[in-house]
Amino acid sequence: MDKNNWIYACKATDMPHNGGVCVQYGTEQIALYYFTHRNEWYATQNLCPHKKQMALSRGMLGSQQGEPKVACPFHKKTFSLKNGQCLNDEGCGSIKTYPVKVQGGNIFINVASILTPHSSTLIEYEPQ
Amino acid sequence: MRIIVIGNGMVGQKFCEKLVAQKIAGLELTVFGEETLPAYDRVHLSAYFAGKTVQDLCMKPMSWYAENNVNLHLGDPVTHVDRAQKTVTSFEGTQFSYDYLVFATGSAAFVPQISGVDKHGVFVYRTIEDLNLIWRHAKIAKSAVVIGGGLLGLEAAKAMLDLGIAHTHVVEFAPRLMPRQIDDGGSHVLTEKLKALGITTHTQKNTAVILGNETITGLMFTDGSMLSTDMLVISAGIKPRDELAKKAGLQTGHRGGITVNDRMQTSDPSVFAIGECAVHEGAVYGLVAPGYEMAEVVVHQLSGGSKQFSGFDMSTKLKLIGIDVASFGDPFITDEATRSIVYHDNHKGIYKRINVSSDGSKLLGGILVGDAEAYNKLQQICVNKLAIPPAPSDLIVAPASTSNGADNFELPAGALICSCEGVKKQAIEDAIVQNGCESFDAVKKCTGAGSGCGGCTPMVKDIINATLKKQGKMVRNIICEHFTYSRQELFDIIKIKDLRTFDAVLDALGTGDGCEVCRPAISSILASLWNDLIIKKESATSQDTNDRFLANIQKGGTYSVVPRIPGGEITPDKLIVIGTVAKKYNLYTKITGGQRIDLFGAHLNDLPLIWEELIAAGFESGHAYGKALRTVKSCVGSTWCRFGLHDSVSFAVRVENRYKGLRAPHKIKSAVSGCIRECAEAQSKDFGIIATEKGWNLYVCGNGGSKPQHALLLAADIDSETCIRYIDRFLMFYIKTADPLTRTATWLNKMEGGIDYLKNVVVHDSLGMAAELEAQMQTLVDHYECEWKTAVETPELRKRFTHFINAPEAKDPTIVFEPLRAQKKAAEW
Ligand SMILES: Cc1cc2nc3c(=O)[nH]c(=O)nc-3n(C[C@H](O)[C@H](O)[C@H](O)COP(=O)(O)OP(=O)(O)OC[C@H]3O[C@@H](n4cnc5c(N)ncnc54)[C@H](O)[C@@H]3O)c2cc1C
Ligand code: SF4
Ligand code: FES
Repeated sequence: MDKNNWIYACKATDMPHNGGVCVQYGTEQIALYYFTHRNEWYATQNLCPHKKQMALSRGMLGSQQGEPKVACPFHKKTFSLKNGQCLNDEGCGSIKTYPVKVQGGNIFINVASILTPHSSTLIEYEPQ
Repeated sequence: MRIIVIGNGMVGQKFCEKLVAQKIAGLELTVFGEETLPAYDRVHLSAYFAGKTVQDLCMKPMSWYAENNVNLHLGDPVTHVDRAQKTVTSFEGTQFSYDYLVFATGSAAFVPQISGVDKHGVFVYRTIEDLNLIWRHAKIAKSAVVIGGGLLGLEAAKAMLDLGIAHTHVVEFAPRLMPRQIDDGGSHVLTEKLKALGITTHTQKNTAVILGNETITGLMFTDGSMLSTDMLVISAGIKPRDELAKKAGLQTGHRGGITVNDRMQTSDPSVFAIGECAVHEGAVYGLVAPGYEMAEVVVHQLSGGSKQFSGFDMSTKLKLIGIDVASFGDPFITDEATRSIVYHDNHKGIYKRINVSSDGSKLLGGILVGDAEAYNKLQQICVNKLAIPPAPSDLIVAPASTSNGADNFELPAGALICSCEGVKKQAIEDAIVQNGCESFDAVKKCTGAGSGCGGCTPMVKDIINATLKKQGKMVRNIICEHFTYSRQELFDIIKIKDLRTFDAVLDALGTGDGCEVCRPAISSILASLWNDLIIKKESATSQDTNDRFLANIQKGGTYSVVPRIPGGEITPDKLIVIGTVAKKYNLYTKITGGQRIDLFGAHLNDLPLIWEELIAAGFESGHAYGKALRTVKSCVGSTWCRFGLHDSVSFAVRVENRYKGLRAPHKIKSAVSGCIRECAEAQSKDFGIIATEKGWNLYVCGNGGSKPQHALLLAADIDSETCIRYIDRFLMFYIKTADPLTRTATWLNKMEGGIDYLKNVVVHDSLGMAAELEAQMQTLVDHYECEWKTAVETPELRKRFTHFINAPEAKDPTIVFEPLRAQKKAAEW
């Protein structure tokens, strides 16, 4: 981790297209997504708040009225990749999001917010 | 007109919104809030522990106040009201004059006088600040007690569980839980449900002392018993915040609350009180919907309207996930003119009671515990005094979803559908008919219905569908917001345009970025058309996750492994391999209804290793993860059975090997029986084959599952070659024309002309496409490859079966199993 809390995740070429992988950071599991169709990168918690399943990195990406989202493979709850809000079930909590940056083909995730609960973060990314 | 609102809670804020919407010229609106946050959704306070942020919960962002010229003073309570001068003074010492003053000071948690309530670790449950304090303390607490077994107390108890406190207790003074909403029978069932969640309840307990030095260590009750605990949340009721009003000389109720009339005026006509701080005809309303109604009344009074407050329905529903509890009307009446009907199922944990007028014509109230699906309907019938079925017990005994008489009730136009936002049925219909809203989201935006607690959502959806139907509008069969085509249209266009990947289809025919509905639907079309490997890099992530990892994801995040066993025939050697592999990778094994063996509980990382061993022993993928051909069951047939007419096993093996890997709109199952005794249950399959004296009978479009349906005869007494040709045509026609996720039975039910039409197409070639259908099927058969074999042999693909991209060897540490009859099972959700 550098002094600004960026951790190295993987190489851009390791990533599936329009899909996610799971990154281990201590005991946290972070889902990292490469939304190829939009040329955007996102990161969220891997835990789906619905039935507490470590599954979001295996979810399907999509958009709803232009808002990028991920659908949990278990019961298809969908979450905004921008602010983590659940888009199809108000009772379902939102998920944490983390900033992602791409530098020289390497992907970094910012984990500054991991120790403070309920902080919502803005997504920034640099197109390749 | 200068208006000052004291209190920026839910009701005060709703009042501001409604008032601003009136656009009154010369309005000067000033709001004082004691809390440091702008008004937030207290009803969903508990969602804060589930991850909702302050921003999520806030009713309006700070910018709203500036944009609408609302002068907001947060963290600055009003400390003095001078009614003669018509001024208020705040804590910080600023003084403002008003023409009208509105009290919206809400209420505070009622804390009984118990010695020790000031100790560390004792909390109330009312504001975000309370929750922050609880959250911090909960980190070091292993047990928690909630005093109060009412709506709020139970919600607080559930929140303690969600915070990870394993031992949570609820202490209630009354002899039962939720004493104001439910009766003893309901409370009994509720107690059991809570126990299952891990919440222990203690009724008829009066707390005498809170034990501990500085920090709480336990409670002692008046009967001398004790309960030790690390923290305590008091949720024993509410106390209207009338202290400031009292000081200003306004009249208050005997048991607290600022007295108001039907116009929400206090004893001073230029001072109003709304929300939980007001007492109207002796009642304090501890719910948000009546508060909103009061706000509406005051806005009317100030803008020349005449609306008055005339009490409010207090029906309530507990919003604990997994536990249904609701009451409506008068839940308790037992007088002469009333009959109660009680349904009590201790086994399933369901308790329902309805109170009906003795002539059996009106529903007066009731209680639902364990199954509150009928709540919306019953509440509407009760409030609108609708007619009830001749046998009133039908209201609670028949499941709510079956469409018997009780369900076809028509609500009057004036029926209140969304009580949070006060939206009537008429308003929803108007939004659809006049403003062209056709989706739930559009109606919600336009009318506000469903934007409060969300409990009315199913009713709003029903009204939308019914209204659209009345207008003669077909709910169009397009697959989702990204494609304005039906599946059949897409199938044809994709083929003509020769599109090969999801992104190519999206760019050519769709908008946006796809979603969890269109991605798998189009992937299935692509697979049916081209039979390319579904886990190529461009396609993998558009498959259902099951297809993406070539295995079914199971509860807990592990996967199942299902090797193909064609016709259910297997050698002893192969059986031994399955056993060996299962043992080595610690898998749960089960023989399935499709005559094969499922292996459950495999870690993602182990999948390639497991399959490598299975493939080496001659197994292939069973496609249990795909919308594809599953199994062709067989009976033992003429080779061993004395009744058998033909060799059903050999034919089943041939059929299964022909169609293995075939992708379709939904899964396909088949079976072959050796005679009319039908031991393979072929007539419950998508296509089933039964031996006759002269050949085979081919049946199609049968279904087991939740809506069982017998398969229908497509052709009789045909030889094996003809049978295969007909199946080719039948399956290909289904694949080309069915909607996504439609089984063959539903497909046939929707088909105009039904089985006769299908017979014409398949047997008599009425569309002249038989040869084309057969040729397409042959191409797919020729393109078959075992996906698992390719995956295991291709390093690029194999790499994908890891849980952590930055720790490929590590397995998901959160996966846990529980023991079960000498094997294991996934841990409960
Ligand atoms: C955990 C929980 C769950 C709930 N669940 C439900 C539910 O499911 N359904 C339902 O209908 N209701 C529910 N409620 C009740 C609902 O939240 C209240 O009915 C509603 O918030 C009342 O709104 P109000 O504006 O009257 O009071 P409040 O929301 O309490 O707002 C009053 C505000 O005034 C402020 N104030 C007080 N005195 C002063 C002063 N002198 N100067 C300035 N400001 C002052 C207070 O600090 C407070 O912010 C729930 C409540 C809680 C706590
Ligand atoms: S269906 Fe007929 S042939 Fe097959 S096992 Fe049963 S009795 Fe024997
Ligand atoms: S666990 Fe994610 S939607 Fe149910």
